[in-house]
Amino acid sequence: MSSLQTDMQDYKDLLSKYLETKDEAILYQAEQFSKQSIQQNISPDEIVNVHYQALKDIYPDLHEQIEGSFKFLIETMISYGLAYQEHQVLREKQIELKSEIGVAANMQNTLLKTSVPKTNAIDIGVKSVPAKEMNGDYHHFIKDEQGNVGVAIADVIGKGIPAAFCMSMIKFAMESFSENQIYPQWILDSLNRVVNKNVEQGMFVTMFYGLYDVYTHQFYYASAGHEPCFILRNETKEFEEIDAKGLLLGVESAVKYEQLNTSVFEGDLIVLLTDGVTECRVDGRFIEQEEVLNIIKEHEHLNSQEIVDHVFKYFERLQDFQLRDDFTLVVMKRNTSLSV
Amino acid sequence: MNLHIDDHQEGNYGMLKLSGEIDAYTAPQLKEKLLTLVEEKESVEVDLTKVSYMDSTGLGVFISALKLSKEKDHNFKLINLQENVYRLFNITGLNEVINIENTIKGGLS
Repeated sequence: MSSLQTDMQDYKDLLSKYLETKDEAILYQAEQFSKQSIQQNISPDEIVNVHYQALKDIYPDLHEQIEGSFKFLIETMISYGLAYQEHQVLREKQIELKSEIGVAANMQNTLLKTSVPKTNAIDIGVKSVPAKEMNGDYHHFIKDEQGNVGVAIADVIGKGIPAAFCMSMIKFAMESFSENQIYPQWILDSLNRVVNKNVEQGMFVTMFYGLYDVYTHQFYYASAGHEPCFILRNETKEFEEIDAKGLLLGVESAVKYEQLNTSVFEGDLIVLLTDGVTECRVDGRFIEQEEVLNIIKEHEHLNSQEIVDHVFKYFERLQDFQLRDDFTLVVMKRNTSLSV
Repeated sequence: MNLHIDDHQEGNYGMLKLSGEIDAYTAPQLKEKLLTLVEEKESVEVDLTKVSYMDSTGLGVFISALKLSKEKDHNFKLINLQENVYRLFNITGLNEVINIENTIKGGLS
């Protein structure tokens, strides 16, 4: 309070000098006074009050109406000061939350890290881009003791941070499965029980799980409510849908998933994707997917990572491109005997 | 686009007629009305004739209603789904666990 009093004396001097001289240099000093007041957490109404007191000292016979108007202004500034303070607190909170979400997103990246298996039989490319900071999409690779490759691609319904937690749980469940039990049906049956038990109501997961047998070149797959995936046949250059019936993970506790398989020939290319999978705008609901498939076909001679990169470059070049949903694309190409 | 919810009730039967879009913005009001109805009425139908768009949040609402109806041993049914809306239930396998009657435009069933 004592500092306010010294400041008040200063302010009075400044004010009377300015009223006398109209010297602009004094305005600069007034600015310094404002800055100091902010540092000392002096509220706007206190400053108006300082002005009012100074004015009364300089002009003791201030008009009654003017005195009244100052009281009015001081009251107004008290409410203003409170509202402003609240606003500041919210802003600080917001900044704090933003930085925490940043930390969470980083943690998610670390927790969900998966590495693309290297094998002579197939060449794998993958790209996953979140629409917001936290990714609700997930992909995971497993290589078993015989060298066969398991691939999971999933989308959590219910986005953001809860979705990310759910993904971490699924990843750890998958990693805890022993290394010779990675048939798709078994994986989905088990994961369904895990999700059903541990995830709160209103959050569900779609997942497509595939197992590539590198000896017989059979691709085994099962789907838990996931969008169909595709295989581009090298011989015909046509896409075939690979899809299996199956309920979303987490809806019912005892579900038996259907497991199918297809033979993969040299140069065939398997495409797994989520594309805002469960979106269904009337206009253009298939267009997005068709466009993706066309670009893949155009670049099928490249290696798998180059193919997925081309798809994303294509979308980035589109004007007004904005991801409506997280987007994940995995491409697995059976090597030809020449390229091995 | 908004979601308009018409509410008809008769004794132990309740019906919601929806028109518009079901997405993250409109789903909460639907969830509140639907769950209250499923809780109170033995038989509940939701008419989706005029629902032109639904996203995954909508699925979440209907799954919650399904779970609640099972707990209460109440009937819960969706009727008159447009083809693109039905597609969602089909992909996710929910058409096997939710009672769905009549799909329109092309008549997937």
